[in-house]
Amino acid sequence: MSESTSKTQQITLAKGLNLGLRRALEDDPKVLLMGEDIGKLGGVFRVTDGLQKDFGEGRVIDTPLAESGIVGTAVGLALAGYRPVVEIQFDGFVYPAFDQIVTQVAKMRARALGTVSMPMVIRIPFGGGIGAVEHHSESPEAYFAMTAGLRVVSASNPVDAYWMIQQAIASDDPVVFFEPKRRYWDKAELDPTATPHPLYASRVVRPGTDATVVAYGPMVKTCLEAAAAAEEEGRSLEVIDLRTLSPLDLEPVYASVRKTGRLVTVHEASVFLGLGAEVAARVTEKCFYSLESPVIRVGAPHTPYPPSRVEEEFLPDLDRVLDAVDRAFAF
Amino acid sequence: MVTSRKGAGGKTAAKKKAAATAPDLVQLLTPEGDLVEHPDYSIDLTPEEYRGLYRDMVLVRRIDAEGTALQRQGELGLWAPLLGQEAAQVGSGRAQTAEDYAFPTYREHGVAWCRDVDPVNLLGMFRGVNNGGWDPNEKNFHLYTIVIGSQTLHATGYAMGMQRDGREAAVIAYFGDGASSQGDVNEAFVFASVNNAPVVFFCQNNQWAISEPNERQFRVPLYQRAAGFGFPGVRVDGNDVLACLAVTRAALERARSGNGPMLVEAFTYRMGAHTTSDDPTRYRNSDELEEWKAKDPILRMRAFLEKNDYADEAFFKGVDDEADEVAADIRARCITMPDPKPVSIFDHVYAEPHPLMDEERAEYGAYWESFEGAH
Repeated sequence: MSESTSKTQQITLAKGLNLGLRRALEDDPKVLLMGEDIGKLGGVFRVTDGLQKDFGEGRVIDTPLAESGIVGTAVGLALAGYRPVVEIQFDGFVYPAFDQIVTQVAKMRARALGTVSMPMVIRIPFGGGIGAVEHHSESPEAYFAMTAGLRVVSASNPVDAYWMIQQAIASDDPVVFFEPKRRYWDKAELDPTATPHPLYASRVVRPGTDATVVAYGPMVKTCLEAAAAAEEEGRSLEVIDLRTLSPLDLEPVYASVRKTGRLVTVHEASVFLGLGAEVAARVTEKCFYSLESPVIRVGAPHTPYPPSRVEEEFLPDLDRVLDAVDRAFAF
Repeated sequence: MVTSRKGAGGKTAAKKKAAATAPDLVQLLTPEGDLVEHPDYSIDLTPEEYRGLYRDMVLVRRIDAEGTALQRQGELGLWAPLLGQEAAQVGSGRAQTAEDYAFPTYREHGVAWCRDVDPVNLLGMFRGVNNGGWDPNEKNFHLYTIVIGSQTLHATGYAMGMQRDGREAAVIAYFGDGASSQGDVNEAFVFASVNNAPVVFFCQNNQWAISEPNERQFRVPLYQRAAGFGFPGVRVDGNDVLACLAVTRAALERARSGNGPMLVEAFTYRMGAHTTSDDPTRYRNSDELEEWKAKDPILRMRAFLEKNDYADEAFFKGVDDEADEVAADIRARCITMPDPKPVSIFDHVYAEPHPLMDEERAEYGAYWESFEGAH
């Protein structure tokens, strides 16, 4: 462990990723970073800041501006024994690489009957709330979560970001890693000597007794704020950070719902066919007799991401979460 | 194995004539079986090596014919014939060393042969018992790739890995004239170029992308496109196994020596259908077919061997007999290939434990087992 990562320190989520990537580069010479503008610039969000300077252009690679090319060459590097960590600059720019991810990355191991693996991480800053132009605020996680062969995770806070990126890189399966871009500047205290939570495990981030709220990525903070507000109104919400979207880890959700009898799912992506739908269906099947109300889903309308002047109305916020909780109690 | 006989001695001095082809086409062996000079490329093999190339092409054509027959008899769901492209595949295949790595499309049965891949492995996907089915690293021959052009990027990335490891080897990426329109192929050219990656792009221009002729794909000869990406491109007579061998050998050697990528356009012709589901009589005329028949890669090699007394009737008959034996062996092993157990679909999706796989394997497995006579 290097000097820079051995002490307890205050970090942002972006810095957590940066430190995690640094450690991965230090620990395994086969780890490579690839992406647009990740070298000298340090990435448009500065997540890879300083890494090319310290690890060289051969390991922190400024690629041509072609997303399919980035992921497609990463496939070849993975076949050659490397562990590429690919940065897609923004959520809305992943689609040129969608073909490589879905038809090649996800299926390669099964096609080769397990003789090769795709140890690759595809980092995607996702979600809205930063006043960006079109294609810079999307939540495409469900496309990837429904693709067998991929694993999909999302970190919601700086400490998880630090650990989860390292765990994703160490995973022998391809991991699509969603980073909540509006939380890049959130701060938290990191103890790099702590034992991390497992990557493919959800976690209760606020215990409660009256209703369960499930979220991931940027919405975890929103839900925690909603839970604090609800407490003032005398309602105790249990908030669960899913963390892993594929596979889902729903045992903690089932346990919570059996206790609370009510469930609200929250994400920025469209309610229609969003992850919340899968969670709702499974909870209904597993906890049918514990439910006091239908599962209520909170998310975005089924429209293209709107111009940023109306994204505040478009995105779920504290009020929408509390409104959903009210609806759950109205049954 | 031609490539393993380097420096075996006994070089020959077959008669050479002046080239009579278009200046932009590298040809070393005419359709009549005469050697011709080329200013940049030459070949000088032993009689045994020449015979080896002939044998390869005959065996590969026979394996391919067996694939078509097996499909017609319902043993394969589909087959993508290589008929007519034997020289391009055997020439480029024999140019590779064991350390090189090939990324094929779904038609590279001849390259697979040269890389010592068991031909039965190729049938699994077409029979429907697997979706790939071999260990790519065993023979440095990647899985067949069906999505057009995707593998050119994989090849480029693999070459970037070789480059980082300092391996004295190169990658060869196969694709067709239709694939040249794909973004991935052009992105592969960009990535290979800016990284100076040791990869040879080997395009078999067989004139037809299913039903669409070259002029529906490009208006500038393919090999010339390389210049725009910053590396050399050359067009070779794709029905001339000697030229394909010489040019690919030079391109791979160039890549291994750190001089970066190269595009080889093997100008050839798909004598058969795109796949066994295709009907080429709907979109091309028989005159064209006749014209290319006269350029047949195997006939010209046979003429060459005969003219130079490098082979006798016993040799040709021996090769034909061997071809039939290989075909019979493939047929026998194809039709006895077992169907996979349904529950095996869960086996290799993930490298690490995955709860949904476990859950569904148990649920579906129990359901399927509940039927009488279940797998």
